[in-house]
Amino acid sequence: MKKAVVLILLLLGLAIIAKSLLPARNPTAFDVVGFSRLPVLVNGRVKPLDTVARSSLLVICGATYNDSSKSSLILTPDKRELNPNEWLLDVLFRPGQADTYQVIAIDNPDLLTLLNLRREEGLADRRFSFFQVEKSLAEIDRQARLTEPVEPQVRSAFQKAVVQLQSNIILYERLKESLISSDSQDFLAALFAFQNSLGASVEAVRAKQAGQSFDADAARKLIENGQRFDQMARVGYLLAMPPVKGEADTNGWRNAGTALLETFQTGQVNPHAMAYAGLGHSWAGGNATDFNTILRLYRDELVKSFPLALAKCTAEARFNAMKPFNTAMTLYVLAFFVAVFSWLKWPAELGRVAFWLILAAWLIATAGIVTRMWLEGRPPVTNLYSSALFVGFIAVGFCLGLEYFYRNAIGSVAAGGIGFATLLIAYYLSLGGDTLEMMRAVLDSNFWLATHVVTVVAGYGATFLAGFLALIYIVRGVFTKSLDQPTADALARMVYGIVCFATLFSLIGTVLGGIWADQSWGRFWGWDPKENGALIIVIWNAVILHARWGGLVKQRGLMSLAVFGNIVTAWSWFGVNLLGVGLHSYGFVESTFLWLILFVLSQVAFIALANLPLARWRSFRLP
Amino acid sequence: MNDTVRQFRDFFVSLKLTVVLLVLSMGLVFAATLDQVNLGVWAVQAKYFHSLFVLWKIPGTDVPLPVYPGGYLLGGFLLVNLVSAHIYRFKRSWRKSGILLVHTGLMLLLVGEFLTGILQEEYQMALNEGQTKNYSESYRFNELVIVDTTDPKFDDVVAVPEALLTPGSALQHPKLPFRVVTKEYYPNATLSLRRGATGENPSLATAGIGPQITATPQPLTYKQDERNWPVVFVELLGPEGTLGTWLLSPQLPAPQTFDYGGHSWRLALRAERAYKPFSLTLLKFTHDVYLGTDIPKNYSSRLRLTTPDGKEDREVLVYMNNPLRYAGLTFYQASFDPSNDHNTILQVVRNPGWLLPYLSCVMMTLGLVVQFGIHLLGFINKRRAVPATPA
Repeated sequence: MKKAVVLILLLLGLAIIAKSLLPARNPTAFDVVGFSRLPVLVNGRVKPLDTVARSSLLVICGATYNDSSKSSLILTPDKRELNPNEWLLDVLFRPGQADTYQVIAIDNPDLLTLLNLRREEGLADRRFSFFQVEKSLAEIDRQARLTEPVEPQVRSAFQKAVVQLQSNIILYERLKESLISSDSQDFLAALFAFQNSLGASVEAVRAKQAGQSFDADAARKLIENGQRFDQMARVGYLLAMPPVKGEADTNGWRNAGTALLETFQTGQVNPHAMAYAGLGHSWAGGNATDFNTILRLYRDELVKSFPLALAKCTAEARFNAMKPFNTAMTLYVLAFFVAVFSWLKWPAELGRVAFWLILAAWLIATAGIVTRMWLEGRPPVTNLYSSALFVGFIAVGFCLGLEYFYRNAIGSVAAGGIGFATLLIAYYLSLGGDTLEMMRAVLDSNFWLATHVVTVVAGYGATFLAGFLALIYIVRGVFTKSLDQPTADALARMVYGIVCFATLFSLIGTVLGGIWADQSWGRFWGWDPKENGALIIVIWNAVILHARWGGLVKQRGLMSLAVFGNIVTAWSWFGVNLLGVGLHSYGFVESTFLWLILFVLSQVAFIALANLPLARWRSFRLP
Repeated sequence: MNDTVRQFRDFFVSLKLTVVLLVLSMGLVFAATLDQVNLGVWAVQAKYFHSLFVLWKIPGTDVPLPVYPGGYLLGGFLLVNLVSAHIYRFKRSWRKSGILLVHTGLMLLLVGEFLTGILQEEYQMALNEGQTKNYSESYRFNELVIVDTTDPKFDDVVAVPEALLTPGSALQHPKLPFRVVTKEYYPNATLSLRRGATGENPSLATAGIGPQITATPQPLTYKQDERNWPVVFVELLGPEGTLGTWLLSPQLPAPQTFDYGGHSWRLALRAERAYKPFSLTLLKFTHDVYLGTDIPKNYSSRLRLTTPDGKEDREVLVYMNNPLRYAGLTFYQASFDPSNDHNTILQVVRNPGWLLPYLSCVMMTLGLVVQFGIHLLGFINKRRAVPATPA
């Protein structure tokens, strides 16, 4: 029985891991996966089309989009399911079709009224097609213009919704003009005709300008093509044309329209634009054999000059499909429950299973973090999202150490809890779009990102872990009889040890931050909100240590102080960003406020519990 | 030692005091962070950190009440607490060497921050490409300048800090043949042209451009990207009576001039200047954004540094995270004028205490590593000695 349960749990863990390792498959005969790995430059970074598809859908469908949940399916009018890349292919190459897919999220009721739409007309009561919105484009633009002078912080819900909708529509329309001209019936044929008649057309225009007799039809076609390319050059979203000078020229990427305008100088239609037009032709025509052949030939050609871009994009698309952080999250939850259960039954066996599950989850999350570092060429923490990943990495790392020494499943429970919580926070932070962002000039220093930012965030992780261990102490002590004196002493030693590490990391991190500030802003300390947040963590950890050394607090007091450390850290991590002032305020998130308040209240409740008279605790009762 | 003295000493030595002071400082830092939304970072520093007490005005009056200990008071007490603890309480031993290092580093940090608080100066230098300046300007304080420009070879400048320009005050300076009387002073105001409408109050100004301008007082702003634009009306009084009343503001594009007593004078209210014994010329300003975004990638200013004696004449490059340190000053790339691609704004900081934090951070880091290292080794050795008991 015991062995069977252990075996089942381990197999379950393996199944969760194996599921994420399955390679992505093409839903139809078209090699959509291969297409999704082609490199384009968007938002300053070369990334695969797969990332573009996913992050565009996140933005356009609203923050609830998740390609593994049923409520965010993309359906064609004949009810066929599309994956993000098929959707992108239709937007790029069959815009007329894509206009009928209900993807554009509109939640604000006033905005729906303005657009003459009812909730029931939308998919899942909130998503509408471009077709449904198109008739109101002028009104949306007018409302957005009215909103423009209002400062973003003081906009009403309606105004925010209008601005968001307008920018989503603009993104959608720009995607449509990225690779082919959306008003062209057959762009490939148009390009061939353009190439073949180029000499004659240029002659005609020259003759016209010189006042001689000219071929009016050829001249008109040339001008028409010029205008079409110009439109694509102005609005095209994807910089899909690789640099002429090769991989090193990171500023040489441009969109198809710009590359096609160059034809007027070179006399030769850009081969990349031609290849994409060919892909578009065969996609729209439903010809999978042609599509796959063109794709294969194009990739073979591309890999000669852009091996690194192609390798990174392939890896990133694989990474997107594997979702290592989702896998790790599931494993953390499983391990958490196994570890809690081990306090009730079979402590040795279940404790070991929990430990191995935690280790597997931690290794997967670590591999994810390392992959992100390689893709970005940066230290692990570059924005709020990656800080959440790293807090989890540090805290769970410490837990593995604790579990190795103590073997009482406390480390595993804490690891499962914090690992899950940080990955959940990361998940919500990732809903804003692509999480591999470019660094603003002031932050663009790998040395300081690797030292100051990493140590400060490690300090967050250690402080949270101390707080979480204290929560375990309080919950087990108040609600169960399982907290005997040796366990309580062990927990107190763990909390104390982790607070020592937290002090070390947060102090070093804060001081390093001061030195960075002195290097770049000319002052060591400026009382900026983020600096103050870090300082408060240092002071609080010092308070805990001194209160313990001075005998001002005993075990339960230490636990209360450690739980308050959670509040202090949460404030420094998220709270100061909400103030929206100061040089550091780069991670503004709005709905965070409510969650922060709820979190603080919950921690206060735990502190109150910790201070219940011992007689009310279920543990420590005299027999 | 009698009892009172001993009690006094025990109070200052106690760990309880340390904890109370630390908790109080946490509260101070927290309140100061929140108040930045209202006051901005400069006013907050003055109110909370560079003060003995945080003052609170009883609503409706101007009576300040000390409601919370300020940064200097808490820092001072912490320093006393720390020093006396080390004199009376700590036994010197190798096991405590880490703590000693940490605490010494902390003392240095406190002293350094105090020095910074009283000695640091922050100015700005805005330069167009090709422009040369041998002064930086304050972005918070202004000065009234009265310049004798009679001699074409040099200007004779009398500068009066803005703080002295209170309504009704009169100033007499040996270099000036007239008294300077402040008639009115607005700490922040907007200027607009008078349209000659009859309904408007007549201007206080009688000379220069003032009579054609209306100054409307505005509430003080504490926003980070805005500044206050003061307006002052000054009357110049010679022995034989008034010379007129001028409206002065840093927003006026040019100084105003007049002749008196056979001398030519220039009159202006301008950003307070700090002159340097060297000058900087902006050769080239560059800034890039990431392709396909408006996220700034880098800014940099190529400058020429020269001294009048000709001993220095070299090109320097200032960019993000790479300031120029020269003559006790630090010049760092702060900003640029978004409407003009050929303009840079450098932050100019003098902070004589800048080395102390470096020193103290090395000591504190080393101290913590030593102290926790000793703990950790002890812990691991203990676990080795007693084999882990299964839970």
